[in-house]
Amino acid sequence: MAIGQMTIAWTSDFDKALDQAREKRRPVLLDFSAAPM
Amino acid sequence: MYSDPSVARFVQDNFVPVRVHVRDQREVFQRLGNRYSATWTPTILIVDEGGEEQYRVEGFLLTDQFLAHLTLGLGKAAFKAGAFEEAEKWFRQVAETYPDSEVAPEAAYWAGVSKYKATGDAAALAETAARFERQYKDTSWATRASVWRSTKAG
Repeated sequence: MAIGQMTIAWTSDFDKALDQAREKRRPVLLDFSAAPM
Repeated sequence: MYSDPSVARFVQDNFVPVRVHVRDQREVFQRLGNRYSATWTPTILIVDEGGEEQYRVEGFLLTDQFLAHLTLGLGKAAFKAGAFEEAEKWFRQVAETYPDSEVAPEAAYWAGVSKYKATGDAAALAETAARFERQYKDTSWATRASVWRSTKAG
């Protein structure tokens, strides 16, 4: 990966993401996609 | 949309990102898709820590439009949570960073409302109405703000 590039650390565990949202005090971005992952 | 480094950075810095593939993760999609009435892809939701939907983007957008929508969504989420100063910051960021985006007029409107809610000073509404006389004049948001033209401070 080149310097400055960033990849998104996606999860598919929504319930765990809500826990993290509470810990980090930031919202969840929930993406429903049909594109190749 | 996420291959752009500026989008990836924004998402990573401001959200807990969850991705559900509608075909490869059928069970998860069935559960969450039904819960949030997601019937098309891409559908992108901003969901608060209680699981309540705060903002929705449907369909593909170019980078700046997508970032403008995400920023507006952060403002809406903060506003709903009663964090009016934070909400104003996000709304102003939309209007200043993406002034030509389709959501900039809406952001300008809610920036004024957020400032009013944070300070109790009705001058924030009058300032917003005055701004709409200079910018975004032909939008529905200008009409909505027009009732504040004669609002007095305090």
